[in-house]
Amino acid sequence: MVQQIKSEVLDNRRVGDYHVLSLTAPGIAESAQPGHFVTIAMGGEESSMVLRRAFAIHQVASRGVYGGTLDIAISVAGTGTEWLARRRRHDVLNVVGPLGQPFSLPKQGVSCVLVGGGYGSAPMFMLAQALRERGCRVDMVIGASTEDRLFGVLELKRLASALTITTDDGSSGVRGTVTDVLDNVLQRAGADVVYACGPMPMLSEVARISTKQRVYSECAVEEAMACGIGVCMTCVLPVIGADGATRMVRSCVEGPVFRGDRVRWRDINTIPADAIGAPDSGGES
Amino acid sequence: MSAAVVTGGDPDRHQPTEHADTGVELAGIGLPSPVLTASGCAAAGRELDAFFDITELGAIVTKSIMLKPRAGRATPRMSETPSGMLNSIGLQGPGIDAFIENDLAWLNERGARTIVSIAGETVEEYGRLAAKLRSTGGFDAIEVNISCPNVADRGQVFACRAESAAQVVQTVRRSSDSRIPIFAKLSPDVTDIVEIADAVIRAGATGLSLINTLLGLVIDTTTMRPTLAGTTGGLSGPAIRPVALRCVWQVHQAFPTIPIIGMGGIRSGRDALEFLLAGATAVSVGTAVFHDPSAPRRIHTELAREVRARGFDRVQDVIGFAHRADDRDVPSPASAQHATPAPQETSSLEDWDFITE
Repeated sequence: MVQQIKSEVLDNRRVGDYHVLSLTAPGIAESAQPGHFVTIAMGGEESSMVLRRAFAIHQVASRGVYGGTLDIAISVAGTGTEWLARRRRHDVLNVVGPLGQPFSLPKQGVSCVLVGGGYGSAPMFMLAQALRERGCRVDMVIGASTEDRLFGVLELKRLASALTITTDDGSSGVRGTVTDVLDNVLQRAGADVVYACGPMPMLSEVARISTKQRVYSECAVEEAMACGIGVCMTCVLPVIGADGATRMVRSCVEGPVFRGDRVRWRDINTIPADAIGAPDSGGES
Repeated sequence: MSAAVVTGGDPDRHQPTEHADTGVELAGIGLPSPVLTASGCAAAGRELDAFFDITELGAIVTKSIMLKPRAGRATPRMSETPSGMLNSIGLQGPGIDAFIENDLAWLNERGARTIVSIAGETVEEYGRLAAKLRSTGGFDAIEVNISCPNVADRGQVFACRAESAAQVVQTVRRSSDSRIPIFAKLSPDVTDIVEIADAVIRAGATGLSLINTLLGLVIDTTTMRPTLAGTTGGLSGPAIRPVALRCVWQVHQAFPTIPIIGMGGIRSGRDALEFLLAGATAVSVGTAVFHDPSAPRRIHTELAREVRARGFDRVQDVIGFAHRADDRDVPSPASAQHATPAPQETSSLEDWDFITE
């Protein structure tokens, strides 16, 4: 059940190029599942920033007197995230969550490969834990432009049966991108399921490779959102439904996790001519 | 010192409530609150119902619905701007049939008062939308969106010309049950909004919704191209509030008996109060929902408190109050009280009875 709460900052620490904020989140942390996200209002009540920012839930915990707490990873990219990265212990934030559709978890102990681009590995911590509890094998691939842009290497080494690291500049692991190594990782792991989170071009390629190898995939997308709760229709992308029809669906409520083979990756940022309600598609009146 | 402050402090004589009565009558509809959602910022109420009881609002104003399902514009559709945002959604929606079957049915089941916003590409489409709604029922009023800036052809913004605005309103009026109030939603992007208001009132509009977004543009300095896929978009949020308030003021001054739903950047009870003082009977809360999904319910409570703090028992009584004659013309001692809002804890009900007309 989605909650809107006043949340206290417990901790703000640097992790590579990122910040990790720990927040009190009673009512949110307890019901959060891997892939869920929260939104946070920026800059206080009289803020000139009218839009909330969305963050994947990185970890949840139960901490004594605070009750449920959650961690988010922040990549400073603009005025809002700059403001958020400056928050200190005891600052209060307006938090809404848990939001979105989480990753679906296999019933059996199958072989899973988790792919994270940049701080896209943040939501993979909870997912890896949940999969391991179900007896799944968890292999991971994380990549970034440089070593500083990798997120959570040490912890992921502990969580994964095998961790493959890539960097564009070769400063850590294999020089290249996660999708350069994915074919091999999938074969070596005998993967049944791929989970991915990261930039759109990476997700597009992960979905293509997985589908080519006949491996089921789920991707958590990062679309620009305004409301995060399904009312504004900002964050839409073309997705093929179970009926075979393409619709412009909201990534905040119908995602952010989508089946890799259902998203029309090449048509993102367009309205495909055959989408329901596309101009001149002759929708039902 | 005002009498209100003196007498209001005596708890034995008075039982001051912190909140004014929020009931208003909007074009003959009794509403428990003047606070409504704004079209396009609340979908059809369902999502916001997770954050507060939507039946406590005056009404849900639904996202503008068109005749057919519509995919809207390509992304990016949104860009944050100083105290505002630019959007170019392009009226994505399921079409009137699915809307009636799913959304309107849900709102009825939920017991929410509903103002249905409609948008057409042609005058005839507006008529067909109104006719479909007439045969269905289950709503309290129609808001005619003739001012969405996100259409391919700017010539399609009916509200930019008095003649086309009037044509649409007349068609909707003729196709609707005569008991259903019709609000025409106007664009601020005109030389004289009073002239457009005059035309749609003559064409049969019961009331006016003021204002829709202002046409704007943002350029991405990295790509050095417009940020929005649709190039231009509609500007909303607190940045446009003074423009909206000016429109409400001008139109109320020209047509004091015409009910107005005021909107544009309202994010607090005090903001809502400004619109009521300028002459709006109700207010729609739009972009503020994106900052705070509970905003409409919060603003309702804040407004009741702000109105009460100024010594009024009823929200209804502040409507248009900023247009009153010079305070020197108001019988003493009311003049002093008008000028100085009483602290909310100490105001008295009795002392204000005579100023309500």
